[in-house]
Amino acid sequence: MRLALKIWRQDGPSDTGRMARYDIDGVSEDSSFLEMLDLLNEQLTERGEEPVAFDSDCREGICGTCGVVINGEAHGPERTTTCQLHMRSFKDGDEIVIEPWRADPFPVIKDLVVDRSAFDRIIQAGGFISANTGSAPDAHATPVPKEHADRAFMAAECIGCGACVAACPNASGMLFMGAKITHLGELPQGQPEREARVVSMTAQHDHEGFGGCTNLGECTRACPKGIPLNVISQMNADFRHAGYGRR
Amino acid sequence: MTDTLIEGLYREGEPIADTKAPPGDISQKWTTRQFEAALVNPANRRKLSVIIVGTGLAGAAAGATLGEAGYQVKSFCYQDSPRRAHSIAAQGGINAAKNYKGDGDSIHRLFYDTVKGGDYRSRETNVYRLAEVSADIIDQCVAQGVPFAREYGGLLDNRSFGGVQVSRTFYARGQTGQQLLIGAYQALERQIAAGTVQMFARHEMLELIVVDGKARGIIARDLVTGEIETHLADVVVLASGGYGNVFFLSTNAMGSNVTATWRAHRKGAYFGNPCYTQIHPTCIPQSGEQQSKLTLMSESLRNDGRIWVPKRAEDCEKDPREIPEEDRDYYLERIYPGFGNLVPRDIASRQAKNMCDEGRGVGPEVDGSRRGVYLDFADAIGRLGEDAVRAKYGNLFDMYERITGENPYQVPMRIYPAVHYTMGGLWVDYDLQSTIPGLFVTGEANFSDHGANRLGASALMQGLADGYFVLPNTIRDYLAAGPFERIDEDHPAVAEARESVQGRIQHLLGTNGTRSVDSYHKELGKIMWEKCGMERTDAGLREAIEQIRALRADFWANVRVLGTPEGLNQALERAGRVADFLELGELMCIDALHRRESCGGHFRAESQTEDGEALRHDDEFAYVAAWEWGGDGGAPVLHKEDLVYEFIELKQRSYK
Repeated sequence: MRLALKIWRQDGPSDTGRMARYDIDGVSEDSSFLEMLDLLNEQLTERGEEPVAFDSDCREGICGTCGVVINGEAHGPERTTTCQLHMRSFKDGDEIVIEPWRADPFPVIKDLVVDRSAFDRIIQAGGFISANTGSAPDAHATPVPKEHADRAFMAAECIGCGACVAACPNASGMLFMGAKITHLGELPQGQPEREARVVSMTAQHDHEGFGGCTNLGECTRACPKGIPLNVISQMNADFRHAGYGRR
Repeated sequence: MTDTLIEGLYREGEPIADTKAPPGDISQKWTTRQFEAALVNPANRRKLSVIIVGTGLAGAAAGATLGEAGYQVKSFCYQDSPRRAHSIAAQGGINAAKNYKGDGDSIHRLFYDTVKGGDYRSRETNVYRLAEVSADIIDQCVAQGVPFAREYGGLLDNRSFGGVQVSRTFYARGQTGQQLLIGAYQALERQIAAGTVQMFARHEMLELIVVDGKARGIIARDLVTGEIETHLADVVVLASGGYGNVFFLSTNAMGSNVTATWRAHRKGAYFGNPCYTQIHPTCIPQSGEQQSKLTLMSESLRNDGRIWVPKRAEDCEKDPREIPEEDRDYYLERIYPGFGNLVPRDIASRQAKNMCDEGRGVGPEVDGSRRGVYLDFADAIGRLGEDAVRAKYGNLFDMYERITGENPYQVPMRIYPAVHYTMGGLWVDYDLQSTIPGLFVTGEANFSDHGANRLGASALMQGLADGYFVLPNTIRDYLAAGPFERIDEDHPAVAEARESVQGRIQHLLGTNGTRSVDSYHKELGKIMWEKCGMERTDAGLREAIEQIRALRADFWANVRVLGTPEGLNQALERAGRVADFLELGELMCIDALHRRESCGGHFRAESQTEDGEALRHDDEFAYVAAWEWGGDGGAPVLHKEDLVYEFIELKQRSYK
């Protein structure tokens, strides 16, 4: 395949950045999107131009490292991670615009690489169950109804890639946060800290500069793991209960 | 040490042995060791500092646990967040001797299966302890909120994995590694918030600092600013994973590398069994030349999928659904009726290769041959229904369809073996301490628990066992002698380590040659896969050593790394890692060459039975090969640790 790429180039956090155009030929349809960028980087290196910086690691859709905005959509035209998007989703001769995640709380480090450490700080604010090592009761001591376990699992599938934020016009991180709150809130182990968790995580979310949710649903449309919008409702419900006391 | 070069490649040194496992019955050793290990008073713990490199299961679990205990922990990872470590990609499950199914499982049976599965090349004491603490891991993870699969009554579900006849594997759909890692990551983040752990993400360890024979810190590069930083501590833990990426194409994450352990090896830590590579039988076959990595399909698929190839080579191009039952060869069920599709990984891998070598492989041709066999779910879908299969393996099927463009509910999957896990790693004693005092090594980065071949669902078990339960108990014995003498950043050993890192970076950026880093990596990978992969020969390994030496010389003269040392420079990161792979690759080949037996993931063509099965030689090779760095341009030194089997009888493995 032959493609015209328009890629965001930014030398560093203080550089203003610009779009650059590259033509590339000989891309296999079986390649992943990132393998296409690998090929471009080989060609750039050959020409003595600095390769395009982008993040990726597992390249099997689970680590959440990769992620760029492709033709205006987080992770591109399909509901998957960028590493699992294959070039067979594009046509020979296509023009493809590639940008980094666009959100204030995710500042650009270089080219397509952004800093998502705000997510870690939201988890630090309460996205865990306080269980010191070695003090746990037998795993069968607390049965968990299968439907709760399944819903917890569904929410726990979030890979923290940040596509939800990049897709949201308000740059809200509530799908990410709601997923964690739902995961832990569905389990008996998560109950003692349930109210404190939602309050402190929400405070951190706002402190980082993420916006509020206005129910557009762009986050869930872009989510490669299909985390549903109702985790945000769950978070809001927990938040209200935390304010007024659970009844 | 003998002065003579053996085969012109290595020297033989003094034998070594583990001196930390206490005497007595195997079931009491760990209890005894924990009791005998010195304690550190809680008030003194905050005066003691620990560096942990790597935040996978072993590193994150150790960081969280040591932080909770009150030590000052500095944790490092090259990813942008500790949540992204490659443990996250493990799919199938984690073993534990819980006997929840009442099917005869026990600590002793898990121990026995692991030693046997490792082809009797692991250390008995370490493996027993692994089985012993396995049950605690499940308890710990459930308490953290890891959403394991459950039955309708609310209790945990189990499944069975390759090489085992009981159902002892706990799982969270096909994302067990992710869920366990997120549990450990959350525990780590909790400690970061509490201030006991300081996190350094996007940092890479580039050198180990050794002062007066003890590990006292690391030199790290901040991958965002490019700054070279010195971090000092009382003790250093490497939890930096395996080195399968030496093969270029593997199931490892793109960034997984050997640098942390290789730099430590060059500073005196022995490298155990470097040639032991696990080839995983159920990966998606390679599709073409632009491919950057291979994707594993969980081995749990072999519980319900049946593996076959056409009986006749001329049927290989046919639509598999049009090949009738009588023309299919369910070769694993035929050759190994007792275990069938659940034979251990090495056997499943080699038989797949044999089928393809016979010309009965399926799928597209790459480099002139078809390298794939069918993994067929038609029977399971008929028996259980598509919904039940979807509930069990849905995400794996989706992943397969995304990568190949084929629907595995309708057409059988195609699989082929690929490099997955490395059982070799830095040599450690029972305390997980390397040959450098104060340097501890956990998880895949050490060599001790899996022998020549790792059973399915054992890697997650080892990572968490080491991180949550073993290391925190053994490291305190070392730390109790501290705090150690303070060292300054201008200590000669620190300055030397910094200068060596800066020198390497300048050399890599200053060479300005003609070839990209990736092109060297791909070439190294081809040599390793062809000659030090699933099947190895004396002549092939000798050729590989020559080729790697030539490639390495060319790399240092001709590599092109653009950009500057300041700021993010991904080509520079890769260049440093590939430089280390180029040294490790040679050692792997030397290790493979000297071990003239077939063993686990190491099939030596000259050592096979009449019917083509791997032939081990316990009389000659029942030892760990622990290699000492021989200096630049020098020959490595082989130290042998005899494997003593007191509680398990060494037997030729048979799954027939």
